[in-house]
Amino acid sequence: MYTRHISLISVATLALVVAACAPKKQDLPPPPPPATAPTAQPQNPGATVTDPAVSNGLVPGSLADFIAQAGSDRIRFAYDSYEVDETARSILTRQAQWLGQYPSVRITVEGHADERGTREYNLALGDRRAQAAKNFLAAQGVATARIATISFGKERPEADGADEASYAINRRSVTTLGN
Amino acid sequence: MRIPFIFATALLAVTPAAAQLRVDINSGISQPMPIAVPAMPASAPANTAAGTTAELGVRIAEVIANDLGSSGLFRPIAPAAYTTIVTPADVLRPQFAAWRTVAAQALITGNVTANPDGGITLACYAYDVFGGDELTRQGFVTTAAGWRRAAHKCADLVYSRLTGESGYFDSRIVYISETGPRSKRIKRLAVMDQDGAGHRFLTSGQNLVLTPRFSPSQQQITYMSFEGNRPRVWLYQLGTAQQQAIGQFQGMSFAPRFSPTGQSLVFSMAVGGNTDIYTLDIASKRLTRLTSQPGIETSPSYSPDGSKIVFESDRGGAQQLYVMNADGTGQSRISFGDGRAASPVWSPRGDLIAFTRFGGGRFAINVIRPDGSGERQLTNGYQDEAATWSPNGRVIMYQRSGRGGPPSLWSVDLSGQNERKLRTPLDGSDPAWSPLLD
Repeated sequence: MYTRHISLISVATLALVVAACAPKKQDLPPPPPPATAPTAQPQNPGATVTDPAVSNGLVPGSLADFIAQAGSDRIRFAYDSYEVDETARSILTRQAQWLGQYPSVRITVEGHADERGTREYNLALGDRRAQAAKNFLAAQGVATARIATISFGKERPEADGADEASYAINRRSVTTLGN
Repeated sequence: MRIPFIFATALLAVTPAAAQLRVDINSGISQPMPIAVPAMPASAPANTAAGTTAELGVRIAEVIANDLGSSGLFRPIAPAAYTTIVTPADVLRPQFAAWRTVAAQALITGNVTANPDGGITLACYAYDVFGGDELTRQGFVTTAAGWRRAAHKCADLVYSRLTGESGYFDSRIVYISETGPRSKRIKRLAVMDQDGAGHRFLTSGQNLVLTPRFSPSQQQITYMSFEGNRPRVWLYQLGTAQQQAIGQFQGMSFAPRFSPTGQSLVFSMAVGGNTDIYTLDIASKRLTRLTSQPGIETSPSYSPDGSKIVFESDRGGAQQLYVMNADGTGQSRISFGDGRAASPVWSPRGDLIAFTRFGGGRFAINVIRPDGSGERQLTNGYQDEAATWSPNGRVIMYQRSGRGGPPSLWSVDLSGQNERKLRTPLDGSDPAWSPLLD
């Protein structure tokens, strides 16, 4: 589902990515980060890689690096569930390991629900999912002070379709860098 | 914006004869009463800021006919079928024979006069055509710009006289106007009259906003906004357009509604993954927690007398309806049966609770008595939700989405008949009906 097109991004572009994730006052909440965010950024052919030792060519500490090393920035949930399943635990464990390497990075965990629930309940369900992911990350050693949560209920679906495959994609929590 | 209304009953101080013409609201939908609402003649033609009195007489008759027709209880006869033109003299002495030929059961007529202060007076009369009797009459004095409200008040007068229930036409709807792709939906607070007129946006769409609800005074709206990425409950002052968060709480606050006095709010707050119901006294900012179960407790709604609160909880495994005393004591489950029960809202008459019943791929609007008896299904859709009651507890508005389609606003009679789609400039969700306007 999330094929990553890994590419070089400059430090300047990284700053843009991080800025885009920071909450802005008086503005709409940022949409979930696109699965291929790094490639969506304008590329600078003259960019230099700051750490030539990084074999995957990603800027260490960047969102792209986070996604590449953790396997994903998001986990899925079953219908009306906030249980962190085995696949999700594996992703969150690797997210926690990455966060251990970059202790200054703060994160926001977004909780989302599919459209097949009522609006207010789904806000609460999204909150439960974000909290469940947060709690797992905390159990892996990420300081809770670094983790903010927000629920979007069913307001920000990722997949457009009205079918189970789309609903499954939309039942998610997403770890974004910055809070 | 308040429009001062003077009920000028003294102006027309003749007691109408006690006529028997009556709409049975329970069977009325299948047998709507044919009515005539001819253009109201101008006895003293004059200009007003909203047009000539003759023009207003035409438009007011149209608004009244549309109101009464939309209830499903009345069937306005097409003006093209009329065999007579109403003269100023006919308003007090209708040509009943001519109205009998088109089989009108009731005749709604009147006239519009310009007042020296620039305002208008609508004199509203209703007659029993076959009995040849007057049913009711009332005068409404308002600004010229307030002519639509005068028409709604006339329609409410007729509805009330013929059904025995209070009207609901002089009321408004606040809702969420939606547009844009699903992943980046732009949502705005919007208000309009119950017939869709006077539509206006209250917010710009910069912040995601949800679930607006009127205060009992209709002067405030409580809603949820994601302003600053801090999802919480806000208040909007209709008079000043001022928007203010109700407070800075530990977790997300949402699902707000006013208490019947308007002095406090009831809403949910999610703290550490646990959602409970709280009240906030608006003046003192005193916060009181009403539930303490580990489950999700949300969508609270007061009974009209303020003594009880209906809400939903998944403490039993999935969403079901519960009723508790206003202080949080005596919580008991009222919904059973197949599927989930969610988003309850108490009727302004107190006798019923409307809610979303879902399961098996369908979302319906149902009603149930507060003691859990008499559950009845009113609608059935791919996704019907967010019920709200007309001020008289007779009509329910809700949000309907087809599979993969955008939401729109619909209304349905308490009998389950007369489903109607409301016209809104963009897509619509989360409707909330105001009380009758002052």
